[in-house]
Amino acid sequence: MLLAAAGPSILHGDGSESHRLVGVWWLLLGLAVVVVIVVVGLVVVALVRRPGPSSLGDDWWIAAGGVALPVVVLLVVAVATVDATAHLRIRKPDELRVEVVGRRWWWDVRYPGTGVVTANEIHVPVGRPLDIGLDSDNVTHSFWLPDLAGKVDLIPGQHNDLRFTVRQAGVYQGLCAEYCGLEHAKMHFLLVAESPARFETWLAGQRAGALDATGRTVFEQSACAGCHTVRGTEAVGTKGPDLTHLASRQTLAGDTVDNTAAELRAWITDPQSLKRGALMPAVPLSRAQLDAIVAYLRGLR
Amino acid sequence: MSAEITPPADPHAVSSAWEDPAGIVGFLTSVDHKRIGVRYIYTAFVFFVIAGLLALVMRAQLAEPKNHLLGPGAYNQLFTMHGTLMIFFFNTPVLAGFGNYLVPLMIGSRDMAFPRLNAFSYWIFVLSGLFIGASLVSGHMPDGGWFAYVPYTNPTFNPGVGMDFWGLGVVFTGISTTVGAVNFIVTIFKMRAPGMTLNRMPIYVWSMLVFGFMVIFAVPAITLAAGLLELDRLFGTRFFDPTGGGNVLLYQHLFWFWGHPEVYILFIPATGMVSTMIAVFSRRKLAGYLWVATALVGVGFISFGVWVHHMFATGMPAMAMSFFSAASLIIAIPSGVLFFAWIATMWSGRVTFTTPMLFCIGFLVIFLLGGVTGVMVAVMPFDWQVTDTYFVVAHFHYVLNGAVVFPIFGALYYWMPKMTGRMLSERLGRWSFWVMFVAFNITFFPMHLLGMEGMPRRVYTYDPSLGWDHLNLLVSAASGFFGLGTGLTFVNIAWSRFRGAPATADPWAADTLEWATASPTPHHNFTAIPVVASRHPLWDKGALTWAETTDDPAGRSLGPDGARTRTTPWTSGADTRPEGHLRVPLDTVVPFLLACAIGVVFLGLLVDRSVIWGLGLALAAVNGLLWAWRTELDAV
Repeated sequence: MLLAAAGPSILHGDGSESHRLVGVWWLLLGLAVVVVIVVVGLVVVALVRRPGPSSLGDDWWIAAGGVALPVVVLLVVAVATVDATAHLRIRKPDELRVEVVGRRWWWDVRYPGTGVVTANEIHVPVGRPLDIGLDSDNVTHSFWLPDLAGKVDLIPGQHNDLRFTVRQAGVYQGLCAEYCGLEHAKMHFLLVAESPARFETWLAGQRAGALDATGRTVFEQSACAGCHTVRGTEAVGTKGPDLTHLASRQTLAGDTVDNTAAELRAWITDPQSLKRGALMPAVPLSRAQLDAIVAYLRGLR
Repeated sequence: MSAEITPPADPHAVSSAWEDPAGIVGFLTSVDHKRIGVRYIYTAFVFFVIAGLLALVMRAQLAEPKNHLLGPGAYNQLFTMHGTLMIFFFNTPVLAGFGNYLVPLMIGSRDMAFPRLNAFSYWIFVLSGLFIGASLVSGHMPDGGWFAYVPYTNPTFNPGVGMDFWGLGVVFTGISTTVGAVNFIVTIFKMRAPGMTLNRMPIYVWSMLVFGFMVIFAVPAITLAAGLLELDRLFGTRFFDPTGGGNVLLYQHLFWFWGHPEVYILFIPATGMVSTMIAVFSRRKLAGYLWVATALVGVGFISFGVWVHHMFATGMPAMAMSFFSAASLIIAIPSGVLFFAWIATMWSGRVTFTTPMLFCIGFLVIFLLGGVTGVMVAVMPFDWQVTDTYFVVAHFHYVLNGAVVFPIFGALYYWMPKMTGRMLSERLGRWSFWVMFVAFNITFFPMHLLGMEGMPRRVYTYDPSLGWDHLNLLVSAASGFFGLGTGLTFVNIAWSRFRGAPATADPWAADTLEWATASPTPHHNFTAIPVVASRHPLWDKGALTWAETTDDPAGRSLGPDGARTRTTPWTSGADTRPEGHLRVPLDTVVPFLLACAIGVVFLGLLVDRSVIWGLGLALAAVNGLLWAWRTELDAV
C-alpha cells in the first residue's frame, strides 16, 4: 500500500537472490533477442527470397540451426543455471531466523527466542543473512518478495526455508503467489529492511507486552479476544493475527489498507466489505464499544 | 500431379452399404470416422467459445484496479472453468477430431480400426463436457483452478459439489481420450494402405501416433490424481490430507506427470499440421523427414522427464530439481530441429501466402517467442522469480494458444474444404488471421512485463499503487479484439456452408491421400484402396495406382468390392502386406448407450447416491455385454 512509487519488480535486485537473478535475466534476454532476431530474420528471408534451390542442403540447415545453435545457447544457459543455483539459498553463519506461517489470508510472523509475534509485516536488518522458515497449517501458499528473492511455497506437512540477504534498506512488497482460495489476491505483506540498530530497537519494542491503554477491558470482554492475542492481557486467541503492537504496523488486513483510525474502524465494523472472503466475522458492537476498541488498538504501539 | 479418382464400380451398391440412417437415428448411431471427426471439431469449438467468453469476462474484471464487476468467488470459478474447458474440452478433443477425420484418409483406409469405439469416445467426450458444463449452468462451478491443487480442493477447505464436477469430469473425459488414443495407435499400425511403410507415413500421421502413445502413458496419472482426490472427497480417504498422513506434493507430482506431457500432447499434432501445410504451400516436400519424425518421437519421450519444472518453488532439493531443469532445456533441441526443418522447407520452396500458410507463419513467430520464454522458465533459479506470475501466463498462452490454436485455425482453412466440399473465404480468412495475430501479441506480450512487475496469477483484483493498471487495461482491450478475430473465422465457416466456392478433390495441389478422393469425402472414403509408392503419393509422376481385389482372402477388400461390402483391409504393421479385412460395423446405438450408462455412474457419484451409480454400473455392464455379443454386422 505504501509503495506508491513504482511497484515491485524482479529487476530491482535489492536482495542477494534477486540481484543475482537480474544478471541471469539480462543474459537470458540477450540470448533470446539474438535467437529471435536470427530466426525471425531467416523466416522473413525464406518467405521473400526469390524461389530457388538452397546452397545449403536440408540436412545442413537442420544440423546447424536446429541442433548446433540450440546446443551452444543451451550450454551457456546451463552454466548460468548451475552457477546461480550453487550460489543461492545456501546456509550462512549468523543468520536471523524468522518463522512465517501462511494463514487464510494473512501472514503470521515470529522471531524465535524473542517471544515476538506479529503479522503481515516482517522487519529485518539490512546486510544480515536471513533464514525465513515457511510453514502452513491450512492450504498451500507461496512467499514472494519480487524485489528481493524468488518464491518458496508454504506447504502443509512440509517445512521450507528461504535464505537471502537484503542489500538495501526499504519497505518491500510481499505477495502470496500460490492460489490459496477466496482472498488470494489480498494476501500481501510488507518487509521492512532497516539498519541493524533500528531493527534492534524495533525488536525490543515488539518484545514488550502491550501498553495498558484504556479500552483494554472492553477488548478483553469482547468477541475479539476469542481469536486475537494481545500479549500481557487476557486476550489469548490464536485464530487471527497477534495484535500486541498493531498500531506500530503500516497496514491492515494482509496489507489491504493503510493502518488509519478510519480504516481500522471500517475493517472491524464490516470485514467482508473490505475483503469478501475474510474469515473474521463482523462482531455486533455498540457504538461506545467500537469507539473504545478502536481507541485501544490505536494505542497499541 | 494429382490422381484420378476411381469411380465406384457400382455407385448405388457402395452408397447403400455405407450410408447412415436419416435424421436423429443416424446422428446417434453413426460410426463413420468422418462424421465423428467433424462433430468432435464442432463440439470442441463450442467449448472454445464458452471458455473464451469466460476469459473475456475475467479480462473485463482486471481492466481496472479495484474493479467490482466480479467478486473473488466468481472470478475464481471463471479461471478454473476457463482452463479446464480449454485444456480438457477444447484443445485435446479438437485435435482428436482432426485426427479422426484425417488419419484414416491419409493412410488410405475406409475407417478407423475400432469404429464403434470411436463413436463411444465421442459420446463420452460430449457427455463429460455436458457434465462439467452443468456446473456452469447450475452455478456450482469448481473454484480450485484447472490444476485443483490439494489441500485447497480437499473437502475441509472446499466443501460442496463444485470440485466434484471437476474431479469426476476429468476422470470421465479421460476415458474418451484414452480409448481414442488406443484407436489411433492401432489404426496407424494396422490400417495403412499397401506400400505406406512407416518410412512413408505422412508427418501428420507420425504426430498422431506420438499423440496416441503419449496419451496412453500420461492420462493414467491425471486419472489417478483426480480419482484419489474424489476418493478423499466422496469416501473419506486421506491420500492428500496432510492432517491424516496424506501428502500434498504427491498430488502435484501426479498432476504434472500428466500435465506437462499434455502440453506436448497438444503441441505435437499441431506441429504435424504445420509440417503438412508448410510443405504444401512451399510447393516442395518437407525438409528433413527423418529428422522431423525423430524429433516428434524425441519430444514425446523427453516430455515425460520435465514435470518437476512446475514445482521448482516447492522446496525440493536443488540437486533433484536440476535434472528436470536440464531435461526442460534439452527439449529445446528437438524443437529446434522442427523449426529449422520448416525454415529449410520455405527457403528452397515457392511460398504461396494462402490463409492456412499465414496461420503457419504466425505460428512460427509465436511459437518461437513461447519457446524462448520456455527456456527461461526452465532455468530453475529464474523460475523462482517468475513462476505463478503473469510471466508464466504469457508463456503458456504463447504455447497453448499461439502455437496450438493458430495451427488449428490454419487447419480449419486447409481441411474444411475436404470436410464440407466448400472453400472458405480467403479474404475473410486473411482478416481473421491479421486481427488474431496482432491482438494476440498485444494481449499476451505485456503479460510478461506484468509478471516481472510482481503480478501473481489468479488474482481477482489489484491495488492501483502496484503500478499494474495501464498494462492490464491494454491487455483487456486487446483480448476483445482477439475474440473478434476468432469470430471472423466462425462467420467464415458459416458463410462457406452456403456460399463457399465448391472445392475440387485437391484444391491445394497437395501430396497426401485425403486429396485423392472427392470433396466432400464420400462415405466409403476410397472405392479402391490406393497403392502407395512414395512419401508424397499425389506428387509422384504418373497417376496414383489403385489396388485390385485379389483372390487371396487377405486382399478381398482392397478393390471396389471392399467398398461394396463395407470392408477395409488391414495390413502388417511394418511392411503393409495385406493381412485381412475389417468389416466396418454397421451403425449402432450401443456406444451411445454405453456412454450414457457411464454418465449415470458419474452422475450418481456426483450426487452421492449409490443407487444411481449402482444402476449406472449395471446398465454399463449390460451395454458392454451387448457390445461384445453383437457382431459388427448386426444392426443394433
